Amino acid sequence: MMDLRELYQDIILDHGRHPRNFRTIEHPTHLAQGHNPLCGDRVTVYLSLDGDRIADIAFQGRGCAISTAAASLMTEVLKGKTIEEARALFAQFHARVIGGEPMEIPESLTEEAERLEPLTGVKAYPARVKCATLSWHALEAALKGSGAGATVKTE
Amino acid sequence: MTTASLRSVYPGPGGFDPRRLKREFPIFASNPDLVFLDSGASAQKPRSVIDRVSNYYSTDYANVHRGVYRLSARSTELFEEAREKMRGFLNAADSREIVFVRGATEGINLVAQSWGPAFLKAGDEVLISELEHHSNIVPWQMLRDRLGIRLVVAPIDATGGLDLAGFEARLSPRTRLVAITHIANATGAVVPVETIVRLTHAKGAKVLIDGCQAAPRLRVDVQALGCDFYTFSGHKTYGPTGIGVLYGRYELLSAMPPWQGGGEMILNVTFEKTEFQDPPYRFEAGTPDISGAIGLGTAIDFIEALGRENILEHEEALTGYGLDRLSRIPGLTLLGAGQRRLGILSFDLEGVHPHDLAQVLDQHHVAVRAGHHCAQPLLEKLGHPATTRASLGVYNDERDIDRLAEAIEAAREMFGR
Repeated sequence: MMDLRELYQDIILDHGRHPRNFRTIEHPTHLAQGHNPLCGDRVTVYLSLDGDRIADIAFQGRGCAISTAAASLMTEVLKGKTIEEARALFAQFHARVIGGEPMEIPESLTEEAERLEPLTGVKAYPARVKCATLSWHALEAALKGSGAGATVKTE
Repeated sequence: MTTASLRSVYPGPGGFDPRRLKREFPIFASNPDLVFLDSGASAQKPRSVIDRVSNYYSTDYANVHRGVYRLSARSTELFEEAREKMRGFLNAADSREIVFVRGATEGINLVAQSWGPAFLKAGDEVLISELEHHSNIVPWQMLRDRLGIRLVVAPIDATGGLDLAGFEARLSPRTRLVAITHIANATGAVVPVETIVRLTHAKGAKVLIDGCQAAPRLRVDVQALGCDFYTFSGHKTYGPTGIGVLYGRYELLSAMPPWQGGGEMILNVTFEKTEFQDPPYRFEAGTPDISGAIGLGTAIDFIEALGRENILEHEEALTGYGLDRLSRIPGLTLLGAGQRRLGILSFDLEGVHPHDLAQVLDQHHVAVRAGHHCAQPLLEKLGHPATTRASLGVYNDERDIDRLAEAIEAAREMFGR
């Protein structure tokens, strides 16, 4: 069995305890809720877009260390990115956490992709993959919808 | 394993030795470090049950109630023998009161879908409690939406037990059925079902008891209880998955229409009309889970050989030990279970999400359940949308609880701050 510290690296524990951008955005241009019916975890992702650029991003909710850290790291890497860049990062991150084929990513995003690396430990724990992707699925739903909000379930 | 050989290993009351009993469960040979504390979700199977299912398929298998050939007759005999064992297990008056179902979920749905529309009309009330598993909530909500009945919920008190006065206050002249758990699966709270039956019958309503967590732990005597329906799942009672029992008083069952149509449940079929069998066959359309029923019969033999009083004594002692051991862990809060708790310890560890905790426990080979335990309304009410739950079986001992406590301490260290 893999060492649990591969899953719970210091950066995960730190972001799990002290999530960044853990707040609301008063007038979001987009928002969506993510819900994992399996464990009852909920996350709300708030977005403020300036054109196609993410001017601000924040989240609220309750969840395990993995899902909280994943949401926190997501908000950190996405601030200032374009929608297209956000989607590219998610696609690449998703492929990594499900243990899929490594995916090309534009060179300009390699640093952000590396920052998400500590979360990819979940690939050894299939039941926890949803924890790492819940906030990203909510982000995707928010981008598809509008300020009215949408709810996305992991199952 | 025969009853006689079991007795030689576990002589009489107080001779209950879970550590030696573990050898009767092959899962522990395959997983030597396993500390299995999830029997409330599903219990492990003794070798005798596993072997019985396998031997039945090897030596006696054929469909039941059909063939004139000897093999089918033998298979039918074994299946009906299993039904008789269920009758004895619940002390029902008549084996025709035993309906084989897939599990308690199906047992409850059978009552909701057969008895419900036949005996309920708009405005009638079904009374459940806040302690229920989703399987004793959702079928009644579906029936409510279909028939226009009211679903009334009896509250818990501040200690997490059923609020008996609150229950009594919600029994009304319109109450037709009380559907209630015997032991709450999420917290281990034991419901005083004897009192529930007395109060309910005084109002002329029927009682259905969900015995999933009670059947493996307590002696259940449906005649002494006087309940109208009682249901439990085989797989939580050391038997196979896919089989369970619904007990119903014969007078009630015989007044209920079939809920599924097909073979086995008919007397005579023409394209104009079908005559149905009497209970229990009326409710057993299609080929039943024959091997499951026979395997469950062997599980019941196993339980009876251990002695149900011995099992209760063991579960009570270990529940007490677990309460004491866990309550000494800083930051750990046990969910309240009222005056009496049995076999289930549900808790919250400050600052550690149940899924993270369960992950660390798994690393220490301790298997527990994390989440809402299919009892979301209860957990929300208790203020913990998710908890970690350790549930006990006959094979657990104090060492298992110690290993659980040690692993929780390790998790505190990892996530603490």
